[in-house]
Amino acid sequence: MSEMSLYSKHTRNKKVLYLRNSILTFLLVLGAVISLFPIVYMIMSSFGPATDSASASRTIIPKIWTLDSYRAFFDFNKYSLRWIWNSLLVAGLVVLGNVVFASMAGYAFSKIPFKGRSFLFFAVLVAMMIPYQVTQVPLYILIVNKFHLSNTYASLILPGLVTSYNIFLSKQFFGGLPTSLIESAKIEGCNQLNIFARIVVPLSKTVLAVMAINTFMSTWNTFFWPFLVTSKDSMYTIQVGLKFFKFANSTLFGPMMAGATISALPMFVLFFSLQKYFLEGVTIGAVKG
Amino acid sequence: MTKKQENKTKRKRSWIKADDISGYLFISVAMIIFAAFTVYPVFSAIRTSFVEYKPFGSEFVGFENYIETFTNALFYKSVKNTIVYTVVVVPLSLVIAFSIAVMVMAFRKRTQSIFKAIYYLPGIASGVALSVVWLWLYDSSPSGLFNRILSFFGLSTQNWLNSSKTSMLSLIIMALASSQGSSIIIYVAALLGIDNSTFEAAELDGASFMQKIRYIVIPLVKPSTLFLFVTGIIGSFQVFMNAYMMTGGGPDNNTTMIGLLIFNNAFVYSKYGLACAQAIVLAIIIAAISFVQFKLMGVDVEY
Repeated sequence: MSEMSLYSKHTRNKKVLYLRNSILTFLLVLGAVISLFPIVYMIMSSFGPATDSASASRTIIPKIWTLDSYRAFFDFNKYSLRWIWNSLLVAGLVVLGNVVFASMAGYAFSKIPFKGRSFLFFAVLVAMMIPYQVTQVPLYILIVNKFHLSNTYASLILPGLVTSYNIFLSKQFFGGLPTSLIESAKIEGCNQLNIFARIVVPLSKTVLAVMAINTFMSTWNTFFWPFLVTSKDSMYTIQVGLKFFKFANSTLFGPMMAGATISALPMFVLFFSLQKYFLEGVTIGAVKG
Repeated sequence: MTKKQENKTKRKRSWIKADDISGYLFISVAMIIFAAFTVYPVFSAIRTSFVEYKPFGSEFVGFENYIETFTNALFYKSVKNTIVYTVVVVPLSLVIAFSIAVMVMAFRKRTQSIFKAIYYLPGIASGVALSVVWLWLYDSSPSGLFNRILSFFGLSTQNWLNSSKTSMLSLIIMALASSQGSSIIIYVAALLGIDNSTFEAAELDGASFMQKIRYIVIPLVKPSTLFLFVTGIIGSFQVFMNAYMMTGGGPDNNTTMIGLLIFNNAFVYSKYGLACAQAIVLAIIIAAISFVQFKLMGVDVEY
């Protein structure tokens, strides 16, 4: 019996139990339908005709299923496939940077007593609370005007390579590992890099997976920064490309939905294969935060 | 407390040097990125807020950007819009997420996971993709989905996003319908953390369902509520994407919120100094709100 006893079990009256559970199921399914509807609508409409615009003939379920809208989206710009590749490359490298460097920093902040550690970690904490609007203009001036890095992968990757949040997240997690374990490894003659790679990382697979997935999701979905630092369509990420597609084709319903579906597809694939880590990621971030 | 003692005893041993060196090596890459792309921009933003930015030599203008901010009617309008949006979206989101989480609790673990996944799913699509879909749902023609619903009930169709009556409402509905997943999961985790014996004791005392919610559940999930409330308000004050993609701040700046105002000043009008000043004002507002919330609500919350 995994139900918690917030709810009465109605052991004597099965009818009441069934009625109650039916009402709750109905309400939950209704809510689920409302929240899922836009996504389902997007996917179904993407298989509709490519030419049909805002006309009364538009139906929620397409009458004829076709891939024309996808073809129209990819035909719109010769770089549209490359947008997906750009997004994959940028998100992949940002994930790699965070998983390696943010976790190393988090480990040092929680388990290596070096001088200035509490001050530096405090600075990271403070930085987490500063809204991104504060840094966006100077960052833009730095990357675009001073370093002349617009339309490069460096400009897309470097600012997110190690995030304060991921340093904080891994610090909190590593703080929960027993210090005695690390001390005894040290006495055995292990250096810190060996301890980290051989002992700490194998014990932290879940938190590292959560970090990787959350970082991938936010980088894949990010629009703002890539939009600022790219002006050549060959360097767009898929989110920026979709925005320009939307502005250029404001009446093409089917292709727009196809583009939106494409931009969300990798996330759906990841979600359905690694659901556990997605859901765990929410609570890890919240409970420890 | 223990950590400080630990540090002190460790410092006295012979391998202090080794720890310092490995510590700095471990944080080196992270700190270089942090210094270049977070610390430097923060200080640069403060400096920029006191200048009129020009590519070749900016001009120091003192508090002029701040004065312009506080004498500009559009700034107050965007603050008002942000507050209206926040005051509606954040509490309603909490109520919806809490209610769904409580309902989910009536079912077995497996069913709970299925509902958690379903409610979480819309949150993984990008803001651009979601806004593209919602633009069509709000289509002003009779074939737009919301208009079809209105005509089904015999009401006249609306120009959802382009009328000052409904534009803010449209953004609010969108926010409420598409982003409850994380909050639901956090509430379910909090509810699962409540000791069953508490409920059993209440049941023996003859407590009704609503009494259990009122006197046991709500007080015990208060840390989660506080967390969601504070992060919700912080997020809401920075809202940019939906206003930018859906309404562009219009009509008549009725959906221009602070995030969009700062964006426009910086990247449409190239007033970098003004944008930085407004961003710093935003940061101070957010810090003040968070501080007050923790003072008011956080006194009896233990972490």
